[in-house]
Amino acid sequence: MTDQTHDLTGPGAIHEGRLYGVLAEYDTPGELVDAARKVRDAGFTEFDCYSPFPVHGIDEAMGIKRTILPVLIFGGGCAGTVGGLLLQWWCNAYNWPWNISGKPTWSIPANIPIAFETTILLAVFTSFFGMWILNKLPQVWHPFFRNERFNHVTDDAFLLGIEARDRRFDAEGTPKLLADAGAIGVENVYLDPDPSSRHMPKWITAFIVASTAFALIPFAIAAKARTSHSSEPHIHIFPDMDFQPKYKSDQAMDLFADGRENRGEIAGTIARGSLNADDLFYRGLVPSDTGGAWTTGFPKQLDVTEQLMKRGKNRFEIYCTPCHGYDGRGVGAVAQRVAATGGVWLARNLVDASNPVAIHMPNGQLFNTISNGYNTMMGYAAQIPHADRWAIVLYVRALQRSQNALLEDVPPDHRSGMQMPEAPTP
Amino acid sequence: MSTTDLTLDPDEPAHRNPDAGKAREAFRSVTRDVAWIAEAPKPHKLWLAVLAVALVMFGIGLYSIYVLVTTGIGVWGNSNTVDWAWDITNFVWWIGIGHAGTLISAVLYLTRQTWRVSINRSAEAMTIFAVMCAGLFPLLHTGRPWFAWWMIPHPNDMQMWPQFRSPLMWDVFAVTTYMLTSILFWFMGMVPDLATFRDRFAAKGDKVRAIIYGLLSLGWRGSARQWHRYERAYLILAGLATPLVFSVHSVVSFDFATSQLPGWHTTIFPPYFVAGAIFSGFAMVFTLLIPARHLFNLKHIIKDEHVEAACKIMLGTGMMVGLAYATEFFIAWYSGNLFEGFTFINRAFGPFWWAYFLMVGCNVLVPQAFWFKRVRRTPVIIFCLCILINVGMWFERFVIIATSLARSFLPAQWSEYSPTRYDIGLFVGTLGLFFTLFLLFFRFAPVIAISEVKGAMPEAHAGKKH
Repeated sequence: MTDQTHDLTGPGAIHEGRLYGVLAEYDTPGELVDAARKVRDAGFTEFDCYSPFPVHGIDEAMGIKRTILPVLIFGGGCAGTVGGLLLQWWCNAYNWPWNISGKPTWSIPANIPIAFETTILLAVFTSFFGMWILNKLPQVWHPFFRNERFNHVTDDAFLLGIEARDRRFDAEGTPKLLADAGAIGVENVYLDPDPSSRHMPKWITAFIVASTAFALIPFAIAAKARTSHSSEPHIHIFPDMDFQPKYKSDQAMDLFADGRENRGEIAGTIARGSLNADDLFYRGLVPSDTGGAWTTGFPKQLDVTEQLMKRGKNRFEIYCTPCHGYDGRGVGAVAQRVAATGGVWLARNLVDASNPVAIHMPNGQLFNTISNGYNTMMGYAAQIPHADRWAIVLYVRALQRSQNALLEDVPPDHRSGMQMPEAPTP
Repeated sequence: MSTTDLTLDPDEPAHRNPDAGKAREAFRSVTRDVAWIAEAPKPHKLWLAVLAVALVMFGIGLYSIYVLVTTGIGVWGNSNTVDWAWDITNFVWWIGIGHAGTLISAVLYLTRQTWRVSINRSAEAMTIFAVMCAGLFPLLHTGRPWFAWWMIPHPNDMQMWPQFRSPLMWDVFAVTTYMLTSILFWFMGMVPDLATFRDRFAAKGDKVRAIIYGLLSLGWRGSARQWHRYERAYLILAGLATPLVFSVHSVVSFDFATSQLPGWHTTIFPPYFVAGAIFSGFAMVFTLLIPARHLFNLKHIIKDEHVEAACKIMLGTGMMVGLAYATEFFIAWYSGNLFEGFTFINRAFGPFWWAYFLMVGCNVLVPQAFWFKRVRRTPVIIFCLCILINVGMWFERFVIIATSLARSFLPAQWSEYSPTRYDIGLFVGTLGLFFTLFLLFFRFAPVIAISEVKGAMPEAHAGKKH
């Protein structure tokens, strides 16, 4: 393919630099394999074959040991599995346990897909980068590239190269060995006599250093931001979602004379279903000359039955027990908790006979207290419908009665076991 | 020793193996037939024309993205009821198309189907470009694509970690892994061929391109010791990519299957989606390669037999998809679930009936033509059928997504769906991006795996005694 054949030793040779090695070209993959076997048998170690595609059987002929790459990849894959699982466990189950619909924070089935992907990813990285590192690539320059024949390796040429550093290398015998193995051409390859050509040009080094430094700038900014404080508001890339042209509750507004954005009820109007004209049922008042007095009875809309009582118990235990307690004595869970932390929580003892404020309150006033609150107690009008408030009043009355009950209040046939056992007579 | 002993005349018959000349010419012709596309001083006129169209389409996509990002995803036709529509349809469609590339390069490699070498490079390129297009949709659907990095688990001011038990997070990991693996696999396969380009441009004295291809080829020397590790790594990468490709589309199907919606909440989805992905991917590969092999004189490398083998795969996977459609209907009836039953009746006879019948027609009926050898040997017909299959597979995803959402449990939630111009614009834009990248790839990269083709030729064993 080339008519360039060089005198290897004569004065006309292009051996400007030190001898790097010998390259021999073979015609077919088969001859390359045979030559490789001969070179190996002759005891050479620093040699390699070059071909446009992986030649079948050459590994065995050259005595190439199986690469350790698969073991590394297995290690990479295992690291991916463990790392993927650890990442998910640490984030979602340990550092910030996150309750999603009451599902377990750590459940292997839900974490398998990501662990699988990280396994593949790390194994792929190990295969890719491990292969290039073991192959000592990238290495964009090699002395063999100076040889014209070598530039056909990626096309149709089959070459065998022996490096001069091999201890069996012999400037005369080695080319002969290669020629005898059936080479169609044997050439010496020399290093460039100019040592600077063997180094990377300075401007490339400068470019790499400069671009590396440039690439570090974002990390430097992030590092600075993490260790310092800023009083500036954060950057809004598209501010129209963050700052929408609209009024929110309780903002000032120039449009109205009073400057308020909220518009109150218009005087003399009432919302549908909010008339609540029956003072007794809705407010616990009996009409009187002085403008109304607290009722002591129950509104006629309600039948005072055991059913209503049970409803009242149910509602009381939902809304009232946190502060007033199940027995109404004002020692509910909140009061106990506050006391335990050294604070003071005042919840009325509803059943206290020694300070019978709540016992003496008329039904209407109890109803009003539930609706609108009393001292620090808030009103429950928004949470508890009117009828339920009356049911609670009924149940509070029952509590007041039962918590201060005497034996005489119990029907005679239920008294057995309630009496204090009589003291034994000596 | 005299120097004349070593001055060997390559044309001297005594020294030459009789087959050598023929074998070397065969290798050279492969190099030449692939490299001429990149070496031609001026691109083909048709190539320029198609590139211009693709760039215009890409421009439409960029404009749609601009409007979307500066306004919000309200510019799409998505609503509170149909909250996934064209965006997710396109995402699944593109991802599925990508899968054929991995299947051709990895699964066919592991099963020693040597015919793959003619198409694997362009199929892998197609994978990467398709995944790039796919990734755009969920990214833009977040509405704030500049916050996409929140999905990467990293310590942050908000004290928040991603929710790893969500299939959407699985998607992030699966698609990212798939993208990276596809790029590395593609690039690694290309390195020896980039070295071929380097040496050819160097021989022509084109220094700039020799340096560019030289850097890209990492200084590849084709050494046996390098080939040994390279082949090992390639085999293992193929082995890793195979379960990966199945996992990616399974995870994509989990986005639907783990929800409660009738028509989505089904265990058939992973295999059904994977079969559909392979089906649509092969159709896309041949939509691209049938014109390309004609335009760039590659018919002796991408042979008719290869196209025929792909037709058989499309026939097989098309019937798997058909079986999945039938199974869905059967289970909807057999489960006795009222909602499930309604969903499927509604798919076929509801407001989107036309989409359903397009899907069945294109995906189940059209591939039946591949039973006939004459069809499998007529590129024009195959090209048309491949386009129909692509259309059908797009409608499959649309039918699954839109009909299920538009008619969910409560009639009060029901709504209609129609895309806006920005939905269409973005889809057209991704088609433009895909074709632009593919055309650039075809012009500047080794479009055929040159070294693999040479290794699969009978001449690769020339000169062997046993």
